[in-house]
Amino acid sequence: MPVPESKEFFVDPGRCIGCNACVQACSECDTHKGYSMIQLDILDRESSPQTIPVVCMHCDAPTCAEVCPADAIKRTADGVVQSARKPRCIACNNCVLACPFGVPKMNTGMHLMMKCDMCYDRTSVGKKPMCASVCPSQALFYGTREEVSALRPNSRPIQSFRFGLQEITTKVHLMVPRRAPLSTLDVGAALRLAPAGGGSGAEDRLLAGMDDGATT
Amino acid sequence: MTAPGPQADFTERFGPHPSRSTGPRLDTAAVPDRAVNTHCCFCGQQCGITLLVKDEEVIGFEPWMDFPFNQGKLCPKGVKRYLQGAHPDRLTTAYVADAASPSGFRPVEYDAAVAEAAAAIDRIQKQYGAASFGCLSGASLTIEKAYLMGKFARVCLKTPYIDYNGRLCMVSAGAANKKSFGIDRGANPWSDILEAEVIWVSGANVAECAPITTDYIWQARERGAKVIVVDPRLTPIARTCDLFLPIRPGTDVALFAGILYLMVENDWLDHAFIRDHTTGFDEVAASVKEWTPDRTAHATGIAEKAIRQAAEWWGKAKSSFLMHARGIEHSSHGVANCLGAIHIVLASGRIGRKGCGYATITGQGNGQGGREHGQKCDQLPGQRDLGNPEHRAYVSGVWGVSAEELPQPGVDAYELIRKIDKGEIRGLLSICFNPLVSLPDNAFVRRALEKLEFYAAIDFFLSESARYADVVLPGSLHEEDEGIVATAEGRVIKINKAVACPGQAREDWRIIQDIAKALGRQRGFTFDSPRAILEELRVASKGGVADYFGITYEKLERENGIFWPCPAEDHPGTPRLFEPGSWNPIAKGKGPFYFPEGKAHFVVAPVTPPTEVPDAEYPLVLTTGRVVSHFLSGEQTRRIGPLVDQCPDPYIEIHPQTAARLGLADGDAATAETRRGSCTLPVRVVRTIRPDTIFIPYHWPGKKSANQLTISAQDPVSKIPEYKACAVRVRKAEGAGARGGV
Repeated sequence: MPVPESKEFFVDPGRCIGCNACVQACSECDTHKGYSMIQLDILDRESSPQTIPVVCMHCDAPTCAEVCPADAIKRTADGVVQSARKPRCIACNNCVLACPFGVPKMNTGMHLMMKCDMCYDRTSVGKKPMCASVCPSQALFYGTREEVSALRPNSRPIQSFRFGLQEITTKVHLMVPRRAPLSTLDVGAALRLAPAGGGSGAEDRLLAGMDDGATT
Repeated sequence: MTAPGPQADFTERFGPHPSRSTGPRLDTAAVPDRAVNTHCCFCGQQCGITLLVKDEEVIGFEPWMDFPFNQGKLCPKGVKRYLQGAHPDRLTTAYVADAASPSGFRPVEYDAAVAEAAAAIDRIQKQYGAASFGCLSGASLTIEKAYLMGKFARVCLKTPYIDYNGRLCMVSAGAANKKSFGIDRGANPWSDILEAEVIWVSGANVAECAPITTDYIWQARERGAKVIVVDPRLTPIARTCDLFLPIRPGTDVALFAGILYLMVENDWLDHAFIRDHTTGFDEVAASVKEWTPDRTAHATGIAEKAIRQAAEWWGKAKSSFLMHARGIEHSSHGVANCLGAIHIVLASGRIGRKGCGYATITGQGNGQGGREHGQKCDQLPGQRDLGNPEHRAYVSGVWGVSAEELPQPGVDAYELIRKIDKGEIRGLLSICFNPLVSLPDNAFVRRALEKLEFYAAIDFFLSESARYADVVLPGSLHEEDEGIVATAEGRVIKINKAVACPGQAREDWRIIQDIAKALGRQRGFTFDSPRAILEELRVASKGGVADYFGITYEKLERENGIFWPCPAEDHPGTPRLFEPGSWNPIAKGKGPFYFPEGKAHFVVAPVTPPTEVPDAEYPLVLTTGRVVSHFLSGEQTRRIGPLVDQCPDPYIEIHPQTAARLGLADGDAATAETRRGSCTLPVRVVRTIRPDTIFIPYHWPGKKSANQLTISAQDPVSKIPEYKACAVRVRKAEGAGARGGV
């Protein structure tokens, strides 16, 4: 049974509280039990508690599969990019190096690239992925577009990204502020715009109050 | 009383060993024999979870999507909770202290250990009197067990000295709630958060200590609510709030006074509500007359502009939800802090209606239910008072004893430790309490435990405190017994048994009753199941404020929980307290609040500083708290490998300005020192904490314990210790060996 077309995956880093529930729950998934395929990125802890859960974005044209010399990485008809097939994977690390989102992980003990497969064992039988089931803040959300648009009136999903000259369309959505004037997120440009010394500007505003107050 | 054995041998047997998934827990082909719907054992939210069992071992979990509170959501503690079962450190036999054994303990038959405990209790009580024996109990126990412990102390041991670890949790909120509303329960279901247009969060690191509540708050924000967070640290919930008030620890009552001042000045008051449904407003309004924004800013360390903004949003709101937690409650004026919070709720008139709420975010597994049915030092079942003759008469009637036989109110948990130190209490029975890690100034606690003539501990792992025990009785994990608990919302839910106790371990209620039997005092302690205990508790709570008479296991399962009070079997329960026109047994229809005249009480909250404020010698403030991957004293979570990996050790959070002044860089080992003790830990240099404050998480024992530093000052009413503010100094640790605080 394929993953239902109506059910989609949405990532909202604005909601992430860094609790690691997704990371911990991922290793409970039957397709890769004992190994977590999610990475929780801490952006700049000195300035902010902001964290971002990194799950596979499941690209329409997956770079990991394109660079695989052994043709080991398959994308199912329902758009889920799977872990490398064990008999084919030569553990060359091409995919690990090439993925613009930094998702595939090399399991050196098993000589196998492993990655998030959107809990194929669960989503293909109508359940939510483990991470999106447990996520306390629902930074990881799995459901229909109608549900997400009703629940998150202040943001909207995008699924197009630019890394240098490469443009990527993904199955997984990233939530951005509703009024943000973008349909494609230019990751390189966004990095150049980030405030010096880290933080997001929003934290600076909040922390400014703290420093004022402390000297009162 | 026994001096512990050498560390290495002790650790070899009793751990903590971090458990990890192996065998059937990793085998994707393993088909569970059964799936048991129950609840997480960590924290007062009590999320629904389905445990998967194979060959009488919990091998994993499945999110319980249909349970209404969390709908499958879990924090990392819930996700990895199953790893506490079938654990190498699990106590599966009884132990007695044995200096000749390398670990300090020798396994013995369960019955022999019970007999030894009973003989010691009998000897001590005969020699020094009934009150020379004390009990420490816990709020992570089910309501049935908590009820039984209260009854056991008063009826079997006939001692006034029982108290519980909820004393360290939300008793300040409980006391303030009783003073203001006449009832101690969060006033609203969490679904009311979603309907509020202003959410005020004071002293609650929601994202780490009540993670699922985050989604409620942010869902409210999606609907347009403004979120105000008051905390000395920019916590994850504060990161995206609309207004952050970076308060100096221990000054919350001043902030609430300042907010009420502005509400009065701007006439942001619900005059009709104040007139018809409250008493004492004028005195309280007079008491905040001097709390001008300028003075409030000076006292709290918050910019005046931010205080004015918060007051305006709060004052003009049509609906709101105020929640607080240990940040304001862990204070030597914790009750005053909570009263201050209640003042701005009552003055707004926004309580008892949809989208108009107030609650403390209860911390422990059964933090709410554990404080309702008699294991508190002054309490009888149903939130009745041990000092009230009518209440004594009713409960003694249920118990079949004379009211005169019931002891008078005892003392709080810390005072109980002081009585051990003074030699007034010679023997101790503890369950579900790890005072050596969780109480402040724990060097003193250690000295007291060493003085005990006899100490029996009921435990599933051998805790740091139980190491001082003479007899250790192997109790039950949360998943090894059934019973009920009440969540932070006041929702009573059913805990289901997934697996049996291993080896000679027993359900805790059996152990308590076995001791009663061995003492020859089994009358009233012959229950054959938690269900039988609940049947008695239903009657014992009947007519009380916390009325559980209408609650049965079947009803709880059918309804996914019932909010108490629930006075009759056909009563639907009470999700929202204080609704207009509601009936309660105290007001009897005169009004919605639990006082004879049915009105809420404004009670003056004096503004006082923390007991110990910074000075030239100790110039900073130490505040302590939790991290998301650990629970309380870490007794369970420090044995779960993936949770240990997530946060293996404590640390000192410090602001870069302060760090620079002290010559500290991120990762350096620093020594934090107070008048009680010192602790050397690595520093985390972060701009997300006030420059005048440092933070240390408190889940660890020994040299890593934050409670070597904390002060044992207590609130005069609630007796909660002041974990959130004491004076401290920090310096770079001497010598490379000091790094990491080992």
